[in-house]
Amino acid sequence: MSAANETISAGSARTARYFIYAALIILAVVYLLPLYVMLTTSLKPLDEIRGGDMLALPREPSIAAWVRAWGEACIGVSCVGIKGYFWNSIKMVVPAVIISTLLGALNGYVLTKWRFPGHKIVFGMMLFACFIPFQAVLIPMARLLGLMGLSNSTTGLVMVHVIYGLGFTTLFFRNYYEAFPDELVKAAMIDGAGFFRIFWRILLPSSGPIIVVTIIYQFTNIWNDFLFGVSFAGGEASPMTVALNNLVSSSTGVKEYNVDMAAAVFAALPTLFVYIVAGRYFVRGLMAGAVKG
Amino acid sequence: MSFLEIKDIRKKIGNVEILKGINIDLEKGGFLVLVGPSGCGKSTLLNAIAGLLPPSSGDIVIDGQVVTDLHPSKRDIAMVFQSYALYPNMTVEENIAFALEMRGVDKAAREAAVKQVAKTLQIEHLLKRRPSQLSGGQRQRVAMGRALVRQPRVFLFDEPLSNLDAKLRVEVRAEIKALHQNTHATIVYVTHDQIEAMTLATKIVVLKEGTVQQVGTPSEIYNRPANLFVADFMGSPAMNMLKGRVVSSGGAQAIALFGNENVKVAMPPSVTKSLADGKEIILGLRPEAITDTGLLDPQVRSVAQIVADVSMVEPTGSDTFVTGKLDGASFTARTRADVHVSVGQKFPFAFNLDKAVVFDPETTGRID
Repeated sequence: MSAANETISAGSARTARYFIYAALIILAVVYLLPLYVMLTTSLKPLDEIRGGDMLALPREPSIAAWVRAWGEACIGVSCVGIKGYFWNSIKMVVPAVIISTLLGALNGYVLTKWRFPGHKIVFGMMLFACFIPFQAVLIPMARLLGLMGLSNSTTGLVMVHVIYGLGFTTLFFRNYYEAFPDELVKAAMIDGAGFFRIFWRILLPSSGPIIVVTIIYQFTNIWNDFLFGVSFAGGEASPMTVALNNLVSSSTGVKEYNVDMAAAVFAALPTLFVYIVAGRYFVRGLMAGAVKG
Repeated sequence: MSFLEIKDIRKKIGNVEILKGINIDLEKGGFLVLVGPSGCGKSTLLNAIAGLLPPSSGDIVIDGQVVTDLHPSKRDIAMVFQSYALYPNMTVEENIAFALEMRGVDKAAREAAVKQVAKTLQIEHLLKRRPSQLSGGQRQRVAMGRALVRQPRVFLFDEPLSNLDAKLRVEVRAEIKALHQNTHATIVYVTHDQIEAMTLATKIVVLKEGTVQQVGTPSEIYNRPANLFVADFMGSPAMNMLKGRVVSSGGAQAIALFGNENVKVAMPPSVTKSLADGKEIILGLRPEAITDTGLLDPQVRSVAQIVADVSMVEPTGSDTFVTGKLDGASFTARTRADVHVSVGQKFPFAFNLDKAVVFDPETTGRID
């Protein structure tokens, strides 16, 4: 009854292939449908939306809603659009990603190439940080930020994301550097390079794939985070995700679906951009450790 | 005065003693080869000399200076690793210049030094390439260039040829030998390959389980091995170890081989002291000391002819190895390539006793 012994005719192989492609196309359409609805709705004027046909193409496409979402929409009581919050998110995500990636790389370097007694326990504890649910740290973190005078600030949010991301970035870099030959570090030591010199000149330049993986992972996580944003940075300091929620739930008269959709697309753009630019390295980086004999 | 002194080096990792008190001296310009089976501690010893693995006790002295507690970069040594350890993100040029850059040598001087070394090793055309674009032999050469450019007091080689294919290994081996002859560098070289040890060394140290078995020139190690381990480890095919017993024969001492009173050979000239009658011994004879009667060295003083059954014939082209069998024991003889012999035949073997050594089976040491 083994499948290997059955001969497959050319005809049935082709049928199977058609079936696979059909299934893939249907699934792709299902996944892309929300994006389609978002984009078309954001380009429609309000009365066209009220017509009720969600899937129809816009008859009179206009970018008015996009302009409104960026610079005029009301979030809470201020009607200046989402642009300020968009920059809040940028100001939060860029330093948080850079710092957590660098510290993760440094941790990985120490945990693999400068081993100290108890390094396994330290690494185990850092791994443990990956599994602590966000909700569990909210109150201690709020207290800590209060004591440090960082409540309701982007700086505080950066710190929270760095601390929370460290477990993951350390895990990524440690596993990558584990496969990095020790002899290179020894050779550099004999050549006269010190701790940081070896890190900057030898390890980091050879870490391209894992840096890309870490940046994508951290960028999407931090950009898309809502809970920390809403908990630790209110009002003017809110990141994009929180502002988007406030925009959608602000009820001043008519519900402007097209503006909501445009704002949502704005919120999704940066992560989309990062995936498109660096996505092919993502898979390559994830596979690098797995395949290499 | 010796240039490199290794004084009573011990190394314990956990509860295991890897090195059990190693003492070695090397003169300036010497080529020391540490050889032994895997796990004998030779790489650990090399790492201790490099400063990458501090010893538990003992001292390393280079040119009269105790360097035991110095950082590797302060010892003025260079090391060539088994995997070459070329920095993957740098070009060949940058790889070679890295150590100089770390020492703050200015750019013009660095470039001149790299050029000089590249010329010596004939890798000038590779300078702009990255290690991933090089073949194994080229990488090997770059790794040597990286060591050479620093003009260190001592070069350390950690099994540098084991990642090369057989043909290339022989070529690079010759290059290393030529390099040593031309530069008169002091070199410590680790290998498990006894042929590398024989061809390269001015001094060989045979290690086993963290202890020195024998120190000597290649010819001392080969011709007068200190014990059964060294005798068996060095040389290919291995030395024949024939069991025998001391008997008196007409006033002189002789050895009855294979437990057969009728197969007697004279006591080899290497044994000077008188042994008790009936003492069990092991007679060690290199395959080239057992030949067909035609190949025998005319200068030989003590020879025995023994007729034995031929159980295997292995022609190698240059010689033919013939396995002889007598009373259940077998031995390998190295005969002329065109010798007329076939399996099952009785063949007269000539045992050259001038080259024989005798071991004590109880202590495994050589008897003089």
